[in-house]
Amino acid sequence: MASGTRTKLLVLGSLLLVSLLVPLLFPSPFHLRVAALVWINAVAALGLALLMGLAGQVSLGHAGFLGIGAYATALGPKHLGLDPLASMGLGLVAAGLLAFLVGRPILRLKGHYLAVATLGLGILVHLVLVSEVPITGGPDGIQVPRLELLGWRVAGPATWYGITGIVLLLAAWLALNLEDSSTGRALRALHDSEVAASVVGVDVARHKLVVFVIAAVYAALAGGLFALFNRFVTPDVAGFLRSIELVTMVVIGGMGSILGAVVGAALLTVLPQALTLFHEYEHAVLGLLIILFMVFLRQGIVPGIAGLLTRRRAA
Amino acid sequence: MSLLEARSISIAFGGIRALDSVGFAVDPGEVLAIIGPNGAGKTTLFNIVTGLYRAQAGEVRLEGREVTGLPPHALAARGLARTFQNLQIFFRMSALENVMVGRHLKERRRLWAELLGLPSVLRENRESRERARELLAFVGLAERAGEAAAALPYGALKRLEIARALACEPKVLMLDEPAAGCNPVETEEIDRLILAIARKGVAVVLVEHDMKLVMRISDRVLVLEQGRVLAEGTPREVRSDPRVIEAYLGRHGLETAHAA
Amino acid sequence: MAELVQLLFAGLTTGAVYALVALGFTLIFQASEVVNFAQGEFVMLGGMVTVFAFKAGLPLPLAAALAIAVAVTTGLLLHRLAIEPAKGATVVTLIIVTIGASILIRGLAQIVFDKQFHAFPAFTGDEPFRLLGAAILPQSLWVLGGAAAIVFGLWLFMERTLLGKAVRATAANRLAAELVGIDTRLVLALAFAVSAAIGAVGGILVTPITLTSYAVGTILALKGFAAAMLGGIGNPVGAVLGGLVLGLLEAFAAGWISSTYKDGVAFLVILLVLLAMPQGLLGRRAVERV
Repeated sequence: MASGTRTKLLVLGSLLLVSLLVPLLFPSPFHLRVAALVWINAVAALGLALLMGLAGQVSLGHAGFLGIGAYATALGPKHLGLDPLASMGLGLVAAGLLAFLVGRPILRLKGHYLAVATLGLGILVHLVLVSEVPITGGPDGIQVPRLELLGWRVAGPATWYGITGIVLLLAAWLALNLEDSSTGRALRALHDSEVAASVVGVDVARHKLVVFVIAAVYAALAGGLFALFNRFVTPDVAGFLRSIELVTMVVIGGMGSILGAVVGAALLTVLPQALTLFHEYEHAVLGLLIILFMVFLRQGIVPGIAGLLTRRRAA
Repeated sequence: MSLLEARSISIAFGGIRALDSVGFAVDPGEVLAIIGPNGAGKTTLFNIVTGLYRAQAGEVRLEGREVTGLPPHALAARGLARTFQNLQIFFRMSALENVMVGRHLKERRRLWAELLGLPSVLRENRESRERARELLAFVGLAERAGEAAAALPYGALKRLEIARALACEPKVLMLDEPAAGCNPVETEEIDRLILAIARKGVAVVLVEHDMKLVMRISDRVLVLEQGRVLAEGTPREVRSDPRVIEAYLGRHGLETAHAA
Repeated sequence: MAELVQLLFAGLTTGAVYALVALGFTLIFQASEVVNFAQGEFVMLGGMVTVFAFKAGLPLPLAAALAIAVAVTTGLLLHRLAIEPAKGATVVTLIIVTIGASILIRGLAQIVFDKQFHAFPAFTGDEPFRLLGAAILPQSLWVLGGAAAIVFGLWLFMERTLLGKAVRATAANRLAAELVGIDTRLVLALAFAVSAAIGAVGGILVTPITLTSYAVGTILALKGFAAAMLGGIGNPVGAVLGGLVLGLLEAFAAGWISSTYKDGVAFLVILLVLLAMPQGLLGRRAVERV
């Protein structure tokens, strides 16, 4: 997955094109709301794609960072009298700091052991959000004040669609740049062989920590955006199922592919909406589709389709 | 003072002494071969010197400074590079990218600049790419630069690892069985490669089973047996050392050698 | 003293169920390196099918047997229709497949059964008996005894039967096992079947105490996975130990620290254990060979 400038332009160009087409094809407020959710989820999935796809480190508790971003945005105005945007900034710092502090010991673990450690981290965050009722509002959730920028009340699906779209493009641009850099190469290298990476001078522990912090900040950013957009958050945002959902987005879209993370996020955000047509069969169909996707496009949608195309061209 | 010096290194695994007070020294431009039967402790010695294992006793000095127990990436920064007996390739990357990773320490990594894709980062990428291309050409893989490493044949991967190690611009290069599994033609190429590297002033330490190769290119040979130094000297001295012949060929071999 | 015994029994009872789920994880992991996140659904099926068959008029033992049969069939179908077609995919991909399967099974259970909590009567009455001042439910003894019987039976099977030895050989080295003529596909199918049966029995034993619903599988899979990792993955003794330790941790955390944070305490301890012992309590220290 060599990213070079051409790939960068291709990915960003196609994202821009899609984000411009969506409002033309689906202008209804409902559709724009779903699309904005796609962009928000995609930001979180992008961060996780850097951690899992690029560096090969699994996190089963990533929604914990989503929760930190979302709740910081909700609680800052309520308890500290801060502006929602400043609170969100604080949330990003908090998530990054937590990742930095726990990352070094946790990331020494490998494979499934890392998975269970991150799982525990996510559970702890979720538990605090559920249990500290006086501060967080507990399981019932909490209201988030409306965002105002210099007197402009940020509201409406179209506005939020625009904002989240721009944030996603920026997030994707940063991620693509990281891929095509010394740090990005070091991360891909340690994914394949930590030993070989270390003997050519890569400080493996430090690089894992860097990407873990970046992924945490991406998730917190998505969480904060979600809180501002939805104006209401519940502890579910940090729950185990959300973590699993994020991992599924990354894997189903194609690990190690920036575009794949966005496609995966789109699929797992839009599918449940579309599947409400099936009423009570909704979950069963979702599970079935996940199995089918993974069995038939096991590398993920984007690399899978790219592979099919090149094979056809070669034939 | 030698460039790289290991003194009385000892380590035991579960009560079995893998290395018992083993040492060696190597100077710039010199080729030192470490030989010995399987299980003699050659790779273990490599792993200790390059920081992958921690010795229970002994010390390692690089350019006179003690570096015992430093992690591998810190040793790499001080000029120590190595390859692996059983290939440690970055299989998800292209051949070129594999070598570019070797340039890691030569690149200035400022995370912000990298995230923003600043021109300085792009320039550095370009430099690394060019340097990696030169190195691939040096090991004879110029045409395969863009190929996925996973698609390269075994012999090419051996040379790819050497190119990656050279990208660190090491002072000492440690090669663990560089010719293992290679056919005679490939072995000869590696042979030439090692001599060319040594001529540039790099100290080369290699573990190798191919005795012809060892005798051809080594300045000195260190023989290990069951974790101890059995003999050390020039290829000629070592070859005629009765203890070495016995270790390699057994008593019978010794008698035959005497008869000859 | 009474409180100690009370917490001890509570912890061991939950711990025994975790241990059974962890054992199921371990069996499948050993045979295939697959971490089966649908493991909790077998426990759910064990409880739910028994409940509904019992309510439909089947005697309890028969209802339980039916539940085990349903779980085993589900396990075999999971292997045949999802795991085997995805053979050769990466570990993470296979995990997602099993997560998809667990969503599917839960979705179907929600349709076939309902969304309510259910239970059936305890095997030998609900009257607690006294032990050193603590009140113990007879069903707790059923859970502990049943779990112990399963562990012992599995041990016998693995050590004494040819098929068990084939499973162990496959776990040790799949390629070598195939070379000596072991049908590793069959072994893997067997692992899924046995895991499903173990999970279902766990569900049947514990339902009179904890109740069950279509959604109990997720949290059990999560706890079972944590228990397996705590013990050291791939080690059956570690799985049982990890399950019991996790159950005890939760019970004592709930009793002595805070019942809201019992899961938190448990995971905190798991984190600390793993930081001190990165391969779990009984996991092998992997020496990286280069």
